[in-house]
Amino acid sequence: MTTSAWMEIGLYLVVLLALVRPLGWYMARVYTGQPCGLDRIIGPAERLIYRLCGIRPETEMNWPTYAIAMLVFNGLGVVSVYVLLRAQVWLPLNPQHLPEVSPDLAFNTAISFATNTNWQAYSGESALSYLTQMLGLSVQNFLSAASGMAVLIALIRGITRRLTETIGNFWVDVTRSTLYVLLPLSLLLAVVLTSQGVVQTFSPAIEVTLVESTTDAEGKPVTTQTIPMGPAASQIAIKQLGTNGGGFFGVNSAHPLENTTPLSNFLQAISILLIAAALCYTFGEMVGDRRQGWAILAAMLLVFVPMLSLCLWAEQAGNPRLTELGVDQSANDFQSGGNMEGKEVRFGVPASSLWATATTAASNGSVNAMHDSFTPLGGLVPLVMMQLGEVVFGGVGSGLYGMLIFAILSVFIAGLMVGRTPEFLGKKIEAYEMKMASLVVLIPPILVLGGTAIAVSLDLGRVGVSNPGPHGFTQILYALSSAGNNNGSAFAGLSVNTPFYNCLLGAAMLISRYWLMIPVLAIAGSLAKKKYTPPSAGTLPTHTPLFIVLLAGMVMLVGALTFVPALALGPVIEHLQLTATR
Amino acid sequence: MSSRTSCPLFDVPIVKRAIWEAISKLSPRHQLRNPVMFTVFLASILTTIFAFRALSFPGTESPAFVGGIAAWLWFTLLFANFAEAMAEGRGKAQADALRKSRQEVMACRVVGHRFENVTSSQLKKGDVILVKAGELIPIDGEVIEGVASVDESAITGESAPVIRESGGDRSAVTGGTRVISDSLTIRATSSPGESFLDRMISMVEGAKRQKTPNEIALDILLAAMTIVFLLACATLIPISEYGVVLAGKGTPITLTVVIALLVCLIPTTIGGLLSAIGIAGMDRMIQANVIATSGRAVEAAGDVDVLLLDKTGTITLGNRQAVEFIPADGVTAEELADAAQLSSLSDETPEGRSIVILAKTMYGLRGRNVEEIKAKFIPFTARTRMSGVDLDGREIRKGAIDAMENYVRNNGGDFPRALKEQVNRIANLGGTPLIVADKQRPLGVIYLKDIVKGGMRERFAQLRQMGIKTVMITGDNQLTAAAIAAEAGVDDFLAEATPEAKLALIREYQSGGRLVAMTGDGTNDSPALAQADVAVAMNSGTQAAKEAGNMVDLDSNPTKLIEIVEIGKQLLMTRGALTTFSIANDVSKYFAIIPAAFVGTYPELNRLNVMGLATSSSAIMSAVIFNAVVIVFLIPLALRGVSYRSVGAATLLRDNLLIYGLGGLAVPFFGIKLIDMILVGLRLA
Repeated sequence: MTTSAWMEIGLYLVVLLALVRPLGWYMARVYTGQPCGLDRIIGPAERLIYRLCGIRPETEMNWPTYAIAMLVFNGLGVVSVYVLLRAQVWLPLNPQHLPEVSPDLAFNTAISFATNTNWQAYSGESALSYLTQMLGLSVQNFLSAASGMAVLIALIRGITRRLTETIGNFWVDVTRSTLYVLLPLSLLLAVVLTSQGVVQTFSPAIEVTLVESTTDAEGKPVTTQTIPMGPAASQIAIKQLGTNGGGFFGVNSAHPLENTTPLSNFLQAISILLIAAALCYTFGEMVGDRRQGWAILAAMLLVFVPMLSLCLWAEQAGNPRLTELGVDQSANDFQSGGNMEGKEVRFGVPASSLWATATTAASNGSVNAMHDSFTPLGGLVPLVMMQLGEVVFGGVGSGLYGMLIFAILSVFIAGLMVGRTPEFLGKKIEAYEMKMASLVVLIPPILVLGGTAIAVSLDLGRVGVSNPGPHGFTQILYALSSAGNNNGSAFAGLSVNTPFYNCLLGAAMLISRYWLMIPVLAIAGSLAKKKYTPPSAGTLPTHTPLFIVLLAGMVMLVGALTFVPALALGPVIEHLQLTATR
Repeated sequence: MSSRTSCPLFDVPIVKRAIWEAISKLSPRHQLRNPVMFTVFLASILTTIFAFRALSFPGTESPAFVGGIAAWLWFTLLFANFAEAMAEGRGKAQADALRKSRQEVMACRVVGHRFENVTSSQLKKGDVILVKAGELIPIDGEVIEGVASVDESAITGESAPVIRESGGDRSAVTGGTRVISDSLTIRATSSPGESFLDRMISMVEGAKRQKTPNEIALDILLAAMTIVFLLACATLIPISEYGVVLAGKGTPITLTVVIALLVCLIPTTIGGLLSAIGIAGMDRMIQANVIATSGRAVEAAGDVDVLLLDKTGTITLGNRQAVEFIPADGVTAEELADAAQLSSLSDETPEGRSIVILAKTMYGLRGRNVEEIKAKFIPFTARTRMSGVDLDGREIRKGAIDAMENYVRNNGGDFPRALKEQVNRIANLGGTPLIVADKQRPLGVIYLKDIVKGGMRERFAQLRQMGIKTVMITGDNQLTAAAIAAEAGVDDFLAEATPEAKLALIREYQSGGRLVAMTGDGTNDSPALAQADVAVAMNSGTQAAKEAGNMVDLDSNPTKLIEIVEIGKQLLMTRGALTTFSIANDVSKYFAIIPAAFVGTYPELNRLNVMGLATSSSAIMSAVIFNAVVIVFLIPLALRGVSYRSVGAATLLRDNLLIYGLGGLAVPFFGIKLIDMILVGLRLA
């Protein structure tokens, strides 16, 4: 690997980690209702919202009420996006006069954005009006992210509270997440991105004359090109910060007007992991022991960095078949080398590998390169990162609550091994918590493997595959892994805008999001009711390097043990075939 | 001490019985109780059917291979059943010994002023029975009249008889024990079939065993893992079919191989040994001569944070002993020792005896006979609060400071200041000063000391490392209590303790989220015993105390608590260690089975056959055999328990992760390879 690759990744990690503490501290202030600096500006707006909506912010909810509020709120989101998609033809801000979206695609897209997945079976520039993008998708980008953060904060409250039924007020948590965290950060990022040339306009697409005319497939001359426009920067900022990932344009962040320069690429890549990483610090701050937050973050990095290195190494090594043909793929003074198929020359191998790993580590799913064109091992990395359950950083809020569930599982096994009823941060982990935690760990594999099995057994599923051999299977596995873990990134190559895939993936996204949130809230409610057991020398400490390794190992082991057979028949066999000596 | 020594792990009769039990436990009803093993049960039935199908329709699958898999799946079940039967068998062996003492005996029931002879099974709670010397006590009860010595060796293993008398803390008697002298009138406190002995038998047999909270939680986790693997394996069928379509060669994975993979992956090791571990934990308690009323109590013992220990008898030897003679000015040490010895010759209290012994060991003063030297013994009375002898005109007295000061002054003497300072010094050290005086002349002070039992300091240090806080409970005043607490090395103490103060202390710790363990024997201990999370009643204690506690220590040894905590921890640790081992095993099984299963479709997969297993079928067979055999190899560990050392939790976790985590990763690679080599050697592959 090249020195510049290491420097780029090193700089990325340093900047990311440097931002964790201030942002994490700020969010802890926001969620504990302490002065955070922005109260003077945002406070009146917040109170106005409460008054208009009839919310009594001081009224707390028990976990079922909290869950119902969250479900109703998200349900309304699904309906509103569906209506917008179906009715956009009659609505304003549709300069391209795009028609209404088909019912199955609208169903899929509405769920996709409400569940923070942002799986896109369409191309934004050729399917959605500006109004739909802004009022439908961008709004859901904020609200789905805020919902995830709210559930996380409820879980943290459950951990810290004692002998109480309530875990907070969903409406307050969602409002504060949006107003104090997501909006200011998005505003900041959007402004910086426009400075880099990311478009932000209501003007329709531009028709330009080609400098060098060409011919199309039928030999007819092509002299003009349509350049799509739109209010992109404002949507892209929240798409990255809120781990949504739905591109304004079809090719997402590989598009030159969505991700313009290496700097815009760097900032967007930072934004992908920023809030998810900072929430670890918020967690530590809120449970009154910052080491706990750092430990969780360290466990995430312990999975992230090796996986990133694997991806980077595999991509930089290039394709051995090309080497056999005498092609020089090494990095030297004249070329950056590596596997450049499906990658933007602006970004190259390191920035593409970094993005691919980060976007699948977080449940972001935006892409700046085509994962389908990665080497088998390079493509295995994003696939595995999703299959780990989106807990390594993961979605804003959802990643950390998933990781905390893994921490509870780790504590359970480790607690038994030290001869005590397991405790996590002073709360005893008992049968009820294990039941709910098992659900959280069980559901994504059921969706991914079950969905894949359905898709490969039916012609409806097989028909969309564009590659023969194991790569074709990988395409299906990737699509289900993405939807079943609310990631939303696409492997590309699989034609998914069919009623079959729209419904299958839509259902997977829906179940994965809410059937995980409900047990998480149930655990929050159950922990809040328990009394606190102060730590003693016999208590397993959960901030030590040993526990960090155990937690990272648990995440890897659960993911690996579940998906090894499927992976063996997909990317692993691809790799073995590619490197087989003939 | 106890005569019930631990029996060898594999006792031949127990093994024989366990083998038969293992087969009879194959009933679906029994298997349903454990989701992991039930999955294996279904898998065994399915593969057996496949084996017969392969025999009747040749050409599809090799009957030998399918039959072999089926056979080894049945063995997996049998081995797990055997482990459980072994654990139960060891308990049953003890139960049988106990049952012998529960034979039907005739009892003499007192009805008004009449006596009637009935069999013990006809007795009811509340009946009054008369038991004479040489008779067996027919039922658990409370002595309401009489004093007698009772042989309780059938229950406790302790051969020395114990005294049982009405009133006070030694009034409880247990059915099945024998009255040796005198007679007792007893009121039955339980009905037949519900007695202490019956409870004990059902506990050791595991018949009434309910799953403990942690066991239930672990069961859920294991069931969840089984579902995940079921899914991972079941989806392999369509995926491999699609793979065949894509690759254009090979055959899809057979159901037999899918089932073999499934059984290898699901946590059969821990699933098969789980109930054996629980029963063995109970069994270890009984080996330690402790009867727990539930498995829950055993498990809770591992979680204890605070240990309340009675000072007397637990931390100290129980009797104060003379350790020093401190003469007053103008008196020699020998003179003081001589006077102290004279005053104590007829004093039969342990303190008095220790003074005579000290005089002998330090100054070579031999014991004298009170009658021979014509001394007149003045016994201790509550009024004078001193004792001593009158001899040759001397009036030697010993007693506490205030009583003795009065005595000296009343005789016209003076009480020197230096002596008072000595008295204060001893009190500050936690000792008891006894003044010796001859009429008006104070001779000096005897230093009586509470002797802390040997090794207690080390044990408390161990407990501290385990994260357990020790609290000494004593009726002594603050000063004395503090001194002894410091000497014994306990973390805290409760001085001038009343039953109410004890109860309040337990409640206080519990409201802080701590789990409290305590021992007790008296009726006045029962509220505190009922409140404590782990309450060990002494067998010598009252029935009320035994009813309030959730464990009974047959040896009546208050330091037993420490052992109880260790057994509780061992129980959890064994489960945790074997779960880790079981999960870690799966990695190697993937390496064995995945290449073997798909090598027809994708020959390149053979590069993942890192163990170099001979053929596809030998690879799969080896993994299945290893999975079954490992249960047998782990039975001793399940029965004995993972050894517990009192080190911090982090160290314990590190060590166990290294042994059972890394070990669990590595061992099956060698094991499966070895089995494969044997199969090849036997030309079975």
